[in-house]
Amino acid sequence: MANIISDETIEYVGILAKLELSGEEKEQAKKDMGSMLDYIDKLGELDTKGVEPMSHVFPVKNVFREDVVTNEDMRDAVLKNAPGEKNGMFTVPRTFE
Amino acid sequence: MAKQYETVIGLEVHVELATKTKIFCGCSTAFGGEPNTHTCPVCTGMPGSLPVLNKQVLEYAVAVGLATNCTITQYCKFDRKNYFYPDNPQNYQISQLYLPICQNGRVEIETENGKKYVGIHEIHMEEDAGKLIHDEWDDCSLVDYNRSGVPLIEIVSEPDMRSAEEVIAYLEKLRMTIQYLGASDCKLQEGSMRADVNLSIREVGAEAFGTRTEMKNLNSFKAIARAIEGERERQIDLLEAGEKVIQETRRWDDNKGESYAMRSKEDAQDYRYFPDPDLVPIMLDDAFLDQIRAKQPEFREEKMLRYKKEFDIPEYDIQIITGSKHMADIFEQTVALGSQPKKVSNWLMVETLRLLKENNMDPEDIRFSPENLAKLISLTDAKAINSSVAKEVFEVMFDQNIDPEKYVEEKGLKTVNDEGALRKTVEEVIANNPQSVEDYRNGKEKAIGFLVGQTMKAMKGKADPGMINKLLKELL
Amino acid sequence: MSILDMTACQLAAAIKNKEVTVLEAVKAVLAQIHAKEEIYNCYVTVDEEGALAQAKEIQKKIDAGILTGALAGVPVAIKDNMCTEGILTTCSSKILNNFVPTFSSEAVLNLQKAGAVILGKTNMDEFAMGSTTETSAYGVTRNPWNYEHVPGGSSGGSAAAVAANECFYALGSDTGGSIRQPASFCGVVGLKPTYGRVSRYGLIAYGSSLDQIGPLCKDVADCAAIMEVISTHDKKDSTSVLRQDTDFTSALVEDVKGMRIGIPRDYFGEGLDGQVRDAVLKAAEVLKEKGAIVEEFDLSLVEYAIPAYYTIAAAEASSNLERFDGIKYGYRAEDYEGLHDMYKKTRSQGFGPEVKRRIMLGSFVLSSGYYDAYYLKALRVKALIKKAFDEAFAKYDVILGPVAPTTAPKLGESLSDPIKMYLGDIYTISVNLAGLPGLSMPCGIDSKGLPIGLQLIGDCFNEKKLIQTAYTYEKIRGAFSRKEDR
Repeated sequence: MANIISDETIEYVGILAKLELSGEEKEQAKKDMGSMLDYIDKLGELDTKGVEPMSHVFPVKNVFREDVVTNEDMRDAVLKNAPGEKNGMFTVPRTFE
Repeated sequence: MAKQYETVIGLEVHVELATKTKIFCGCSTAFGGEPNTHTCPVCTGMPGSLPVLNKQVLEYAVAVGLATNCTITQYCKFDRKNYFYPDNPQNYQISQLYLPICQNGRVEIETENGKKYVGIHEIHMEEDAGKLIHDEWDDCSLVDYNRSGVPLIEIVSEPDMRSAEEVIAYLEKLRMTIQYLGASDCKLQEGSMRADVNLSIREVGAEAFGTRTEMKNLNSFKAIARAIEGERERQIDLLEAGEKVIQETRRWDDNKGESYAMRSKEDAQDYRYFPDPDLVPIMLDDAFLDQIRAKQPEFREEKMLRYKKEFDIPEYDIQIITGSKHMADIFEQTVALGSQPKKVSNWLMVETLRLLKENNMDPEDIRFSPENLAKLISLTDAKAINSSVAKEVFEVMFDQNIDPEKYVEEKGLKTVNDEGALRKTVEEVIANNPQSVEDYRNGKEKAIGFLVGQTMKAMKGKADPGMINKLLKELL
Repeated sequence: MSILDMTACQLAAAIKNKEVTVLEAVKAVLAQIHAKEEIYNCYVTVDEEGALAQAKEIQKKIDAGILTGALAGVPVAIKDNMCTEGILTTCSSKILNNFVPTFSSEAVLNLQKAGAVILGKTNMDEFAMGSTTETSAYGVTRNPWNYEHVPGGSSGGSAAAVAANECFYALGSDTGGSIRQPASFCGVVGLKPTYGRVSRYGLIAYGSSLDQIGPLCKDVADCAAIMEVISTHDKKDSTSVLRQDTDFTSALVEDVKGMRIGIPRDYFGEGLDGQVRDAVLKAAEVLKEKGAIVEEFDLSLVEYAIPAYYTIAAAEASSNLERFDGIKYGYRAEDYEGLHDMYKKTRSQGFGPEVKRRIMLGSFVLSSGYYDAYYLKALRVKALIKKAFDEAFAKYDVILGPVAPTTAPKLGESLSDPIKMYLGDIYTISVNLAGLPGLSMPCGIDSKGLPIGLQLIGDCFNEKKLIQTAYTYEKIRGAFSRKEDR
């Protein structure tokens, strides 16, 4: 395997992705990511110099809406699936120190 | 000799745009709604929802870019900035990194040493976050997404400023320009304009920049000035003590007059920007830019020159009046209704400024209409009310934008122009105040003032003081 | 003919002619669901009550002449990654185990306007990540042709439900083959439309630049009828394209004379099962006999599609799935210490292994220092792949090949080696990268008795050419259905 994924990398990606892996999962993730990256490295064989990265295949552009209020109060719908709700707001663990 | 340090400052200014709806959905941007009543699946990050760009956001951003001499990026895109925080419902903010809408601009500011340019690195469009409120009772935080998705532009300057004065001049200039465009009301206190300060220091004469810090939570010009001074000193102290400045984000506490680092091991500061696949590219042709250009208003400098030519009012008045687009609009519209420029200017410069100050308001908050001001001026011109009644009426008008004609009529404040009635009152006052009458006859000129006052009182203020004076002198 | 054996269009016609009522159709299909779900597990949610209530409403509208379309009154199954107002929508994930949307996706609304009866939500690979429907948090779906085999994925529940007569047609979504491959494994017709043809509003995103909703159904005529209903321009989806050429049923013409069909040699190399190859080439032969101009050509770049796809899809997925954080909807972990721990526990407990694997990969390829080397490189390769197709479509109307290298594997055979599983998508993935339409239809049965799929690929917005070619082939091939349940 050409790509060796370190513990630090897995730890770092876990912080970015907000995932907490068990020891066993971490080992598996290191292996999986390494082999995926080896596979992706195949793209390096292609010369893409001067090729523009393509985000959208079909040339759609300039899609806008007019600045007109179209939504009414839909608080009940927005809060309907909330795991925690208080005073019309979503509850979360405290964010202030 | 102690080392001399130079402060190097760049600003990131967020401005909330004055659109009716949010940047990517049809929710209202109005302030003051009950929590989460201005929300929908899009601005709360519901699964399956998709964003569509509000055209007005683009037009405002381009207008600000043109007014600050930027190059408009005619092929631009939105990118996702990924980070987890509860005020950000998708856990990514839709912003612009790779192709921001405006680049390479500059604005001119006045400094102690004359004119100076501050470069604008870029202006990009993005969405605002929701609001977090701490709930002491349950020891948790509560999230309100009413502000989530409100459109912002972020104006990033070059590190061209060297003092708090220059920073404030730059901010004033931006504020004025954006207010003139009608793109935002730019109120620091209310958060519709927010400035983050990037500051570093270096020895005078040094070429390389020092390590910079970013300071947040600055919500007045005074706080900005204090934070700049505080951070400059903190960095000098570090360097003098042989320590290093760490590149970090710091939060300014204006009450304590100090800043502290906002750090967490859970903050990787790696935003993994990539083009948002849910939004399509924006391609602006020259015709679109020309349209926006054609709609640009007369900015302050041009306005000042024109006022100087057109109106016979003092230079100082011109400065104050054009210092607020709203005030200048009121001035011009009132004059257009036929009032004499000098008189309009006086009402604005004296009574309006006094009441604004007393009520702790900005000129942008003026509520009375040019029509009503014009009516008040014509009432005084016609001597239908005297100047002290006019001031009284103006106070009510300032507060509630009442129609002065109707108000004067309803309250019976019209000056009594019936000379017979006035003569009778004056005669009564003379009869009731023999001491003052005698004083006056003995050469005490001042005593007449008392008699005028007494007459005015008896007339409940509805008399022309000139006429009272005339009658008194005649009868004495 | 029994009700369950009817195609969607046949049933609608029978309802229109008052030979069958909507309620009879719904009851028949619910009875089939009751009888078969224990084996196949096609559904995450069956909305029995809702379906019966809709049946009565729709019947009234048909009787009143308000609903007259080709699908009025026909029961449909919806993949569980499309929002349905008032009906649980899980993406087959624990993290959405209690999510009841307050709005319906545009494609579902369009079906409802046309008089569809929503039966329920079909099982899938969790968040559409997988090729076997084994990564679902709600159990595996089994292939109605042989329950020891997978139905394919990720729209495995939709494909199996159509094959098992547990619905008359279904909606699926296709990010790298997720409609076409299960259609192939289950012996039904599936179409992945051109990107932008069907609104994505209400589709819970996996890879936003690749995802597209499409039909899974019993024959090509149904496919055309469904496409006419779901292909609309939607102002709520910026990537939705306004088109006039949505009269797909006009392409139900038995004629391929002069149709230029290209067979990419690259699709017939190593790894392709011999029986699949023979069946697909035989189908090409049939079309040639009907007057099509068939020739082989080199498409090139085929082996680069998979690594480019996994980079782009994983990157987009890592961002799209950030919103599942335990705050606004869905699962929230029970015990945690503070905000970040809540995020981590919720997501680690809520997502399955394959989803975590792709989120980790996606977060990594976008992270500081790797973005250019991985993500931008993949987008450049995407541009090259698109160019290769452009060149091919300058010469051909339709590209013909297999859907998958093999027929449906046995349960449990695929998941152990992710790369091997990903290789199974080799013929479908480049179609998504290039935004093209691709149709999958049965063209044979292998020695194990499992269906073999034929894939027809068209240039952007050329669905009608695919439908015409497929319809012609279908007429010659004749009826294709399971003999009996196993």
